[in-house]
Amino acid sequence: MHELSAAILAPGFFASAAVRRALAIGGAVALLSAVAGAFTVVRGQAFAGHALGDIGAAGGASAYLAGIAPLWGFVWIAMAAALAMELIGVQRARGRDIATGVVLGAAYGLAALFLYLGSTGAGPSGAAATVLFGSIFALSPSLLAPAVGLAACALALLAALVRPLLLSSLSAELAAAGGVRVRLVGALYLLALALAVALAAITIGAILSTALLVGPPATAARLCRRPGRAVALAALLGVAAVWLGVLLAYDSYDWPPLHHGWPVSFFVVALVVAMHGAVRGLHGAARLRPRAPARGSGPRAAARGLGLRSPPRGPGLRSPARGPGPRSRGRRAGDDPPAGG
Amino acid sequence: MDGAASPMPDVRSPQLGPAAREPALRVEGLGVRLGGRAVLEGVSFQVGAGQLTGLIGANGAGKTTLLRAIAGLQRPSAGSVTIARAGRAARPLGYVPQRFAFDGELPVRARDLVALGLDGHRLGLPLPSRRRRLAVADALEAVGASAFADKRLGELSGGQQQRVLIAHALIGAPALLALDEPLANLDLRAAQEVVALLARIARERGVGVLVSAHEMNPLLPVIDGVVYLAGGRAASGSVEQVVRSEVLSALYGHHVDVLRVHGRVIVVAGTGQAEHAPAHGHEDGPAVEIV
Amino acid sequence: MVGTWEVAALSALIAGAVGFFVVLRGAAFAAHALPNGAFAGASAAVLASVNPLIGLAGASVLGALGIAAAGRRARNDVATALALSLMLAVGALLLSFSPGSQNQLYSLLFGEVLGVSTQQIVPTAALAGCSLVALALLYRPLLLSATMAEAAALGGRAPRMAGPAFLLVLALATTLTVPVVGATLIFTLMVGPPAAARALWARPGAALLGSVALAMLVALCAVALAYLADWPLGPFVGLGSALVYGAARALAWHRRRPRARAA
Repeated sequence: MHELSAAILAPGFFASAAVRRALAIGGAVALLSAVAGAFTVVRGQAFAGHALGDIGAAGGASAYLAGIAPLWGFVWIAMAAALAMELIGVQRARGRDIATGVVLGAAYGLAALFLYLGSTGAGPSGAAATVLFGSIFALSPSLLAPAVGLAACALALLAALVRPLLLSSLSAELAAAGGVRVRLVGALYLLALALAVALAAITIGAILSTALLVGPPATAARLCRRPGRAVALAALLGVAAVWLGVLLAYDSYDWPPLHHGWPVSFFVVALVVAMHGAVRGLHGAARLRPRAPARGSGPRAAARGLGLRSPPRGPGLRSPARGPGPRSRGRRAGDDPPAGG
Repeated sequence: MDGAASPMPDVRSPQLGPAAREPALRVEGLGVRLGGRAVLEGVSFQVGAGQLTGLIGANGAGKTTLLRAIAGLQRPSAGSVTIARAGRAARPLGYVPQRFAFDGELPVRARDLVALGLDGHRLGLPLPSRRRRLAVADALEAVGASAFADKRLGELSGGQQQRVLIAHALIGAPALLALDEPLANLDLRAAQEVVALLARIARERGVGVLVSAHEMNPLLPVIDGVVYLAGGRAASGSVEQVVRSEVLSALYGHHVDVLRVHGRVIVVAGTGQAEHAPAHGHEDGPAVEIV
Repeated sequence: MVGTWEVAALSALIAGAVGFFVVLRGAAFAAHALPNGAFAGASAAVLASVNPLIGLAGASVLGALGIAAAGRRARNDVATALALSLMLAVGALLLSFSPGSQNQLYSLLFGEVLGVSTQQIVPTAALAGCSLVALALLYRPLLLSATMAEAAALGGRAPRMAGPAFLLVLALATTLTVPVVGATLIFTLMVGPPAAARALWARPGAALLGSVALAMLVALCAVALAYLADWPLGPFVGLGSALVYGAARALAWHRRRPRARAA
């Protein structure tokens, strides 16, 4: 038993301060990413999160150039970009949009420049690796409190807004008619998203942050149909992916080929993708089994959601919907046609 | 509502029910400008408590604009909208917009959307509450949606989604329920069920119901009054008062014929010939009449 | 240094030409997605000590086939976004395996720092030639399918194959542009100048030529400025493309205004 635990947890895992910091910051970041990412998926703004990550690369590189911790670079530029998106109207930022792509390209150009200028004799690749792919083990101890603190603030903001945010994410009109300040809620959400992306950037890197943001929520959404449980499951999956990634990276220190460990970000992304793939695979296998009556997700359900109807079906299918039928039919038959018919 | 071109007969729907009851909705002289254009001008009408009123007009006539102005989503350029106070309810208005497509993977059930109708505007984490659970169950039962309350929003059929949206609007116990084209894209049977449901809600809960449609025939069996929109102006009253050749001709600004076939109403642009005699009343049921 | 000019010019030529069709077909997603896989392929090639072009080409072609197979719905899917992230992560992993090649990371992502090796001219030219021939063959079917999708489908086998064939050409273009401007900036070069050309010229022939001209303008200016400032190519390409695009949009908007007022 002792050998087994020693094999899984390489000696010194919990003794290492760097590892403890990585677990603490990584855990907080995963939690925030899952919650913010859940709303991102519901709002269909996954590309906004992706764009924030890409633009964040320029910010992190600017911090690198200025000699301060990349965290602050990520934070300032993510906030600025979120503000710009809110002013321009982030609904228009789509992956297909050429203007967005060009802006991202300019951001990458700036990142390239700052990384080059800020790099020391080791060359710009080391800087690139840190900013773009994260360096969770190399985080300075002084960052622990600010990082966890920022995550807690963003989480508190999202928790306070959860109901108006969910309603306005489902339908801006319903929310507005219900008394929700849709614009304000949207702006605050973008702010929380910016913080989530910035924190994910220091953990697994700017251009990989999207995986942690949208992966666990999308996986959880397929498994749970209750919003609360879906968010909780997403948080669980995200934190598991990060912690397991930290563990594997630590264990990999002795692994071939170079015996200096594999990158944490690789493990985290691989785990997130594996979880999602497993759930998709299970669902696909389940769908291949014959079921009656036809239900479930897919294009038919989407068409139904739009209210497009094929010719009336027989009474056998859709029987639950016909539940109130007899009552209303009876009522119609008994009614006198009102005047003016 | 005196229009700009020709004066229209000033008709108001007779107040049914207790005369002292405040009308669920009172619209007076409402005007809305969009993009520099006057979409609505001088619209005035009332919806009494427990009454079902049809808002009829062609596509583009301004029905959605009017409903959004009533719901507070569109600022009017003139006039006023007054909705009755509904006891201690938070919001006097339940608004049901046109349907949308929900993603099939959304982790939100019908029940959750209805619950948001009750407290979707509140801050803070929602604590489990028996009162909320009961209110949600009651609203779902009232619209006949209990059977599919736990399905994902993206898995609901058009008719099912319609009911869920109505439950979402009803749960706040509003004085007025306003629905934007709820019958569009529904097959005949589903449309009839929704119409019957709305009539029952109006009758049993004393809620004023305003339903917009571009085709008034499905509503004819149940409506107590009609607001007819054309050219940015409105004529309101009972169906006999409004759906007449001379009223609609004045509204449209050109000759319009009203045909009644087997109890259904067909409005067609006229041939420009001399005005025909107005259609006679149909209090005794369906009649075939060719004008 | 001479080699850099040729390779940069060839890359810009192809990027501009292929980019014209990318913008026309609305295939910006593919232009965004292929470089991610290409990056992973290049890392694998570096690890295996073979010419990175082989890795780039292999991964790009596989990616093109994957996109062709996946269809339109896959574009907005979370699974696609995750797959792209995985490609990048795998690329970073593979690079970390080869000793002393970590400094390849920067050039693979942002383009060459010190100039492109002259050994690559021949394969680059060959790839460029193939791409141009393919584009010439596909020119009409692509134009047709971009403007009238149904008519194109009725037109027989050629237009139907145009889609996947174009993706393969895009894969080729990716292969020979990544070594010059890097995986993260190739999208900008393939989309910025062509979109600018589209805003300025209405006729397809003129827009195509304009697209190539603007792309080459950006690339060659970038090489010159990088040489003068002793900075890498990447920033100049990214910012240059954005400038060209912004200027073209502003110009086109300005052109439209007096006419609108007179109307």
